[in-house]
Amino acid sequence: MINKQVASAAEALADVADGATVMIGGFGEAGSPIELIHALIDQGARDLTVVSNNAGSGEVGLAALIKTGRVSKVICSYPRTANSTVFPELYNAGKLELELVPQGTLAERIRAGGAGIPAFYTPSAVGTPLAEGKETRTFDGRDYLLELGLKADFALIKGRTADTHGNVLYNKTARNFGPIMAMAAQTAVVQVEHVVQAGELDPETVVTPGVFVERVVAVANPVHESELVAAGAVYP
Amino acid sequence: MSTETSLKGWTRDEMAKRLAQDIPDGSYVNLGIGIPELVAKYVPDGREFVYHTENGLLGMGPSPQDGQGDPELINAGKRYVTANPGAAYFHHADSFAMIRGGHIDLCVLGALQVSQSGDLANWSTGEPNAIPAVGGAMDLVAGVKSIYVITQHCTKAGEPKLVESCTYPLTGLGVVTRIYTDLAVVEVTQDGFRLVELSPGVSFKAVQERTGAKLLPALDGVR
Repeated sequence: MINKQVASAAEALADVADGATVMIGGFGEAGSPIELIHALIDQGARDLTVVSNNAGSGEVGLAALIKTGRVSKVICSYPRTANSTVFPELYNAGKLELELVPQGTLAERIRAGGAGIPAFYTPSAVGTPLAEGKETRTFDGRDYLLELGLKADFALIKGRTADTHGNVLYNKTARNFGPIMAMAAQTAVVQVEHVVQAGELDPETVVTPGVFVERVVAVANPVHESELVAAGAVYP
Repeated sequence: MSTETSLKGWTRDEMAKRLAQDIPDGSYVNLGIGIPELVAKYVPDGREFVYHTENGLLGMGPSPQDGQGDPELINAGKRYVTANPGAAYFHHADSFAMIRGGHIDLCVLGALQVSQSGDLANWSTGEPNAIPAVGGAMDLVAGVKSIYVITQHCTKAGEPKLVESCTYPLTGLGVVTRIYTDLAVVEVTQDGFRLVELSPGVSFKAVQERTGAKLLPALDGVR
């Protein structure tokens, strides 16, 4: 019988190995799986490559993970955010590698990675500093850059509701990178407020089909990053 | 640059209102952060625009009242917004397929510099200690059908933002078609910058003096 629900975030992340590539959903705090990130901090894996749109704020969630020093590389589009102090400090100290990727290219690299497409051509960033060193090809008179698909060992994602088969529904703009990161990760872990039995979701409304999801964790009342930051919270 | 230091053109709101006049009814529009956001306040009577925000919402509505914000309903500037009737949510790959695939009609962006061939620099001043951050700007300029810039004509230090060629790192090559500043509306043509309209009380000469490249006069019949 298929039941992808696991008892806790700690159990869901117990096998993250040192050196793993971890995709972390969210655009700013919307969709940021704070409880899963905190469980990853507790778990202790080191030398991680993190793929995420931003680099966290305050000293909770993604920023707290980076602050542990266990992240060696960040692949993201916008590491400069309000209340973002951890990333600039480590980056300017040379302790953190950054691969800066235009947001749409980041999204498509993740989608492609999950769809079995190793590389693709895109018009974004042609003629800019982010095109340096990239193969260029002309189609119908316009230049495009070759970009590589991205895959990950784990994805940490926040949804609203999932069933025991791993079908996921999201909440408003918290959907952002969740569906494509689920596709691109070998082990996609989704935290949701509600876990229901298979059959309780209308198949017409499913956003992420369960084949892309390996583990579901119930987090009934997830915290919001901005509230933690406003309260001056520090994790751990 | 200091011949008429007291020159007073359009306010930011007037710039936004002027730009909104040029958006056709039914357009799908992406508004950048800052002055571009003001455009949404000035939809001309009888027109309806659908706002796209690249983090995953079509049909973005105004900010909610204080205390009513939902941390999971935000715009690309990470500010609380609302969803209008007819809105849709989607993931990032779909959002940027809308952008790159040419499905969005217009994007309004701020600028550090715009060149006379329409090159845009708006993501980095290239300072060595700055944290590099690009977001979706390079995708927007590469894929949206029309790119309008709304910006002050000069920097706070009085340097022109409309230049022969950009000195800051580029966001895109030959992408900007129109520029709305406090002093004028300018279009980017094959021959360079051409005046479309002057802010009331501002002379062509004054705008040329504050522009870092040749400004062509408005075509006959256009003021």
